[in-house]
Amino acid sequence: MAKITLDNLAHSYLPNPGSEDDFALKELNHDWTDGEAYALLGSSGCGKSTLLNIISGLLHPSQGRILFDGKDVTHAPTAERNIAQVFQFPVVYDTMTVHDNLAFPLRNRGRDESYVAERVQEIARMIGMEDMLRKKARGLTADAKQKISLGRGMVRKDVNALLFDEPLTVIDPHMKWELRTQLKQLHHDFGHTMIYVTHDQTEALTFADKVVVMYDGRVVQIGTPEELFERPEHTFVGYFIGSPGMNVIPARIDGNKAYVNGSYVELAQGYKPLDGKVEIGVRPEFARLSQSEGLPVKVRRVEDVGRHKIIRAEFFGSDINIIAGEDDHISADMNRVTFDANRVNVYANDWRVNGRPRDGGPSDPDTATDHGTPDPNG
Amino acid sequence: MEKTVNQKAWFLVLPVLLLVAFSAVIPLMTVVNYSVQDTFGNNQFFWAGLEWFEEMLRSERMWDALGRQLMFSGIILAIEIPLGIFVALNMPKSGFWSSFCLVLMSLPLLIPWNVVGTIWQIFGRVDIGLLGYTLDALGINYNYTQDILAAWVTIIVMDVWHWTSLVALLAFAGLKSIPDAYYQAAKIDQASRWKVFRFIELPKMMGVLMIAILLRFMDSFMIYTEPFVVTGGGPGNATTLLSIDLVKMALGQFDLGPAAAFSIMYFLVILLISWVFYTVMTNLEKREG
Repeated sequence: MAKITLDNLAHSYLPNPGSEDDFALKELNHDWTDGEAYALLGSSGCGKSTLLNIISGLLHPSQGRILFDGKDVTHAPTAERNIAQVFQFPVVYDTMTVHDNLAFPLRNRGRDESYVAERVQEIARMIGMEDMLRKKARGLTADAKQKISLGRGMVRKDVNALLFDEPLTVIDPHMKWELRTQLKQLHHDFGHTMIYVTHDQTEALTFADKVVVMYDGRVVQIGTPEELFERPEHTFVGYFIGSPGMNVIPARIDGNKAYVNGSYVELAQGYKPLDGKVEIGVRPEFARLSQSEGLPVKVRRVEDVGRHKIIRAEFFGSDINIIAGEDDHISADMNRVTFDANRVNVYANDWRVNGRPRDGGPSDPDTATDHGTPDPNG
Repeated sequence: MEKTVNQKAWFLVLPVLLLVAFSAVIPLMTVVNYSVQDTFGNNQFFWAGLEWFEEMLRSERMWDALGRQLMFSGIILAIEIPLGIFVALNMPKSGFWSSFCLVLMSLPLLIPWNVVGTIWQIFGRVDIGLLGYTLDALGINYNYTQDILAAWVTIIVMDVWHWTSLVALLAFAGLKSIPDAYYQAAKIDQASRWKVFRFIELPKMMGVLMIAILLRFMDSFMIYTEPFVVTGGGPGNATTLLSIDLVKMALGQFDLGPAAAFSIMYFLVILLISWVFYTVMTNLEKREG
């Protein structure tokens, strides 16, 4: 196991990338802490598979370095990096038995048979396939095959990291949950560094200690599931995570008030004047429908999803979602909305802006964005 | 659901029945007819029973031709299948050069068979053929009209030239269907090139390879035109394969009875071997699938 460092890493599939748009993966600096479980979350084509393939050595980056425990492996071939990867659909060697599949990476590295047999038994126990070792891999179900490819990765003791490229895509829904639980258990028991690529927020949030959200070739936020929920650093994180996602409303900020079409929303903090595209972001969970206070909305539809109700409404011509409790009564005359001032985030050009506390804050307002990656728009 | 019974529906299959009758059944029955009769000319026929079949089974000539035929099919399969796979493995996987190779390799498949024969007949001639002349100039004694080995080498090389592309194209199609993830997984597992072939490429190609083997076997077992144009079955009877022998017997000597019995047995042998192939193939798939 190892700490994986990405140093100034960027990748373009074009031979001579010019502008920033040519890069499938934009410049990135990050340390993957040894033994942690990460999820790489983002929509299709955001560069997450590119990043994964660079770490596994299937792709060589156009710029920057990648280090395992401080050792530069940027140009080392896949085999030398000692990583394991589980692919989107199960890769097994059809003509071999389950046992031979699991033994394959060890035999290729010339380990002696007694060690191989012992290790295969151990792994088979871990993935719960001891009674299937003699079976041919071809006839197995997709989830069993996926377990074999996972086992093939873990069979090497010195494996630096386990990489998963949307491993549950072809698995039946009821098995997904089981496999995810098993993965988490394995991580807990053996402490491998794991990097898990997915576009499914539930998968990412339940699996990982830290979620890395990518958007348009850039890492927009790295944080715990809680941080992503409460303080999305980028509007994309806001509406990509959550169901439904964060409401993003164009606004004008003046001190500790956000003006939306002439009416204002109280903010918990004060802000200095902001340039560019200014928006406020409020999660549906922190918006509340009311009869008397707040800003006017037009309720269009109420969806009861069991645990709670989702109210779809119109707010100054744009859509807004509000979540109400399952037992909350919603009447026809409730046509105003209020926001929890502590939960309203302010965004300038899609990036979150820090405000200054309302009382006795430092005189110098801190409006710097704080997201670890270069801001594209300054 | 209630089924309607209407015997007139038989008329609907009548066109197909007629078509099959004229295209297959009636010609085949003529052959069957000849095989059980004898004639002394004047269009007078006598019942001969299974006499011709017995004679053919005892005939050394037929067994020799069958032996040569099996040897020919065996040799070309042993060359074309591995060579086709080798070519497919080394072809560019995509882009302009891939298409270029595909077109180039399809060319021999588009040439009419007797033209292929003519090309090689001339190519191998010692007086005007490029191949024959060159070999002769190098001091190699090559003459396919007199030397048995030279004749065999010529028709085998010709068949390999003509048909290896088919195997290569089928194998290439099989290779193209393997997702990249398999190769990436093999890299991660540190599999050698041989193991990648043995455990990924070969199993994934098995289906198309079986088809390639079956097609090439049937085709080579029935081959007539190309060797006939090149060697005419000679020198002596050295390259007289089954169908060449059959034509000699039926049209050269006008032995209709024996030739008809011969054809029927020829047909049954092909049917039998194809059936064995097919059964083995489907069983393999079932066992592994």
